[in-house]
Amino acid sequence: MFKVISNRLEQGYRTTTYPKEAIQLYSRFRGLPEINDECDPAIIRQCADLCPQDAILIEEKKIDLGRCTFCGACAQVADGAFVRFSTNFEMGTSRREDLITEGTLPDLAAHAKGHFKKLFGRSLQLRQISAGGCNACEADINVLNTPFFDLSRFGIDFVASPRHADGIHVTGPITRNMQAAVLATYEAVPAPKVVIASGCCAISGGPFHGGSESLGDLNRLLPVDLYIPGCPPHPLTTLYALLAFFKK
Amino acid sequence: MDNLLQISNGERVERQRIPHVDFARFFRIMNDFIHNNGYIVQFFAYTDGGRTKLLAVVRNSNLFVITTEVDQEFPSLTLTVGSKFHLFEREIAEQFGIRPAGHPWLKMVRYHANYTGKKDVFGNDYRDDIPGKYDYFQVQGESIHEVAVGPVHAGIIEPGHFRFQCAGEEVLHLEIQLGYQHRGIERMLTEAPQKRLPIICEAIAGDTTIGHNLCCCQAIEALAGLEVMAGARTVRTIALELERLANHIGDLGALSGDVAFNPPANYFGRIRGEFLNLLLVLCGNRFGKSLIRPGGITQTMTREQRDLISAKLTELQPEIVHVCDLLFSAHTVQSRFEYTGTVDRKMADQLGLVGYCGRASGLEYDVREFFPTERYADLPPNTNKVANGDVYSRAMVRREEILHSLTLIEMLLALPKEPQQNETMKNHPLAPECFVVTLNEGWRGEVSHCLLTDSDGRIARYKVKDPSFHNWTGLAMALRNQEISDFPLCNKSFNLSYCGFDL
Repeated sequence: MFKVISNRLEQGYRTTTYPKEAIQLYSRFRGLPEINDECDPAIIRQCADLCPQDAILIEEKKIDLGRCTFCGACAQVADGAFVRFSTNFEMGTSRREDLITEGTLPDLAAHAKGHFKKLFGRSLQLRQISAGGCNACEADINVLNTPFFDLSRFGIDFVASPRHADGIHVTGPITRNMQAAVLATYEAVPAPKVVIASGCCAISGGPFHGGSESLGDLNRLLPVDLYIPGCPPHPLTTLYALLAFFKK
Repeated sequence: MDNLLQISNGERVERQRIPHVDFARFFRIMNDFIHNNGYIVQFFAYTDGGRTKLLAVVRNSNLFVITTEVDQEFPSLTLTVGSKFHLFEREIAEQFGIRPAGHPWLKMVRYHANYTGKKDVFGNDYRDDIPGKYDYFQVQGESIHEVAVGPVHAGIIEPGHFRFQCAGEEVLHLEIQLGYQHRGIERMLTEAPQKRLPIICEAIAGDTTIGHNLCCCQAIEALAGLEVMAGARTVRTIALELERLANHIGDLGALSGDVAFNPPANYFGRIRGEFLNLLLVLCGNRFGKSLIRPGGITQTMTREQRDLISAKLTELQPEIVHVCDLLFSAHTVQSRFEYTGTVDRKMADQLGLVGYCGRASGLEYDVREFFPTERYADLPPNTNKVANGDVYSRAMVRREEILHSLTLIEMLLALPKEPQQNETMKNHPLAPECFVVTLNEGWRGEVSHCLLTDSDGRIARYKVKDPSFHNWTGLAMALRNQEISDFPLCNKSFNLSYCGFDL
């Protein structure tokens, strides 16, 4: 008993004040990219050649954040002449095409569908489905239940049964061997329901894009309502996207 | 032993130097080797000029390689030599459509069509979806009942199917069927441009990002003849230890949660995040994605990162010691951990368990000590004091390794300034007709990648092995005669990778 108390005192209170107060991530974190549209096209081509995800659109001078793993290879070219990554973790869109960006994203709160807020704004229960990812996404969702993030204080919970859920949160490139399970889980969620694609795998196949054993895009299976980019999305990115889409 | 070529970890070997023997001889050599305290690192099939060959990398205190040739069928080694081969042979059957004749339990591994277009060994039609398409082993009897769990589990975890045969609360048999995460990684690694290789390897198993990508990059470095600067090797070693710390600490927290002791579960949950954040300090990603590339590291460690890591370790070390003490001294925890899910040394040895699962059962194998890479040759090894093979032992091994890893990182941070520079991903020409195998002690145990190049220097075969490939059978055996309510605890004490297994 004494050890329980002494450890409790040592650990103290750890929960973040975000979103009430801003939070600054370490300078090496790669969040929303900043793009220089006056950049020399030769450098942009160099970035595109280097990009392992083929996420850079040369003509449009844009990056597809649905494909990007935020590996930062392009930011190393010519000392970031075309792209630099800011530490802004607040990313998420309600339309796939908005992820193809020149460095800005539409206001998620304004674009969010009104009826989701009305339906789930005070209580949101999600069923997570891991559909072939590398478990990094899943791990950084689990983290939201640790004391620092404490997701439950916002009335958002991940639940065991799809019958208790308001929607599904999908990670991974949707392997062939998981397609049936994804559909069965979706069917088991009572309508109205929401579909969230989290991480570049679920949005575009991510590192596995073009692979023959996975679908590579959740949208080909189910209508997606919310996209959360990243590889994996930082827990704060997920927290931001859920709060902006359902709460604000 | 003659006929086996001794090699070292990460050494480039010309393919023509690898001894090639007929199957009868191969069989005898394997039989002798495995019965003399030998273990399998890699055993897989590949095609070479239209012929199907098998390649084995085996270890005792050294590493050896040998190849043989097979036709449509070969006599199963599992049947006569031992269980260490059982999953490797099933994988060969699934990937290349070759039958290990007499295999005692020939069933699919990951449920996918084979690479060769030959008739399927298991008689599966892969246009069908996986769930429910397999006859599980059944125990018959009046009071026997069956419990099916998965692929979608009651938590935020990866998919897999567990089938329990129970008499009341007692588990007589657990069958684990994986494959739901199969992404076809090995084939992608031979087809994708080189710039994608580290990105794919970082996503084999996200919690072993550093372990797998290190294997990949060391292999490319060997094939391309790249030198890595001492400073970069130090950073890579620190990253591998941070990964170990984050996972071990997270698992101790989860074990605590599984026996309903909430304080350590919450404290360790948070402390795990602190270590992920230290990886972010090194490279901008909480899992260490993008840190390692062939030839070195993408971002050097400056004084700023060194000081941040050092200060954080100083802050966390006493907290970890205190929470460990809280967890391990609670008698309610001890009574649940001790004598639960025991895998004795003999069984562990038969299955060839690796990592903390092996060490907790008394198999003293650690790649960092046996086949050191990066900076490990200069660092002291760890020794485990508790090795009874139960949940308690697997938890204690973690506790000891956590303290050991903290010491290693402190030693590495205290090194004098070493040369290092930022590397970017380049397209490196690879030596033709060569072979390389790399091994690293990821946090779960021996991670290994094996590459064969063709006459044009293209990767003809890329074989990945996650430690989970050895250890999943250990979990099934640990559950024998246990109460089904202890499954979560046993499962977490192993904490194996689904995606690392499924590839």
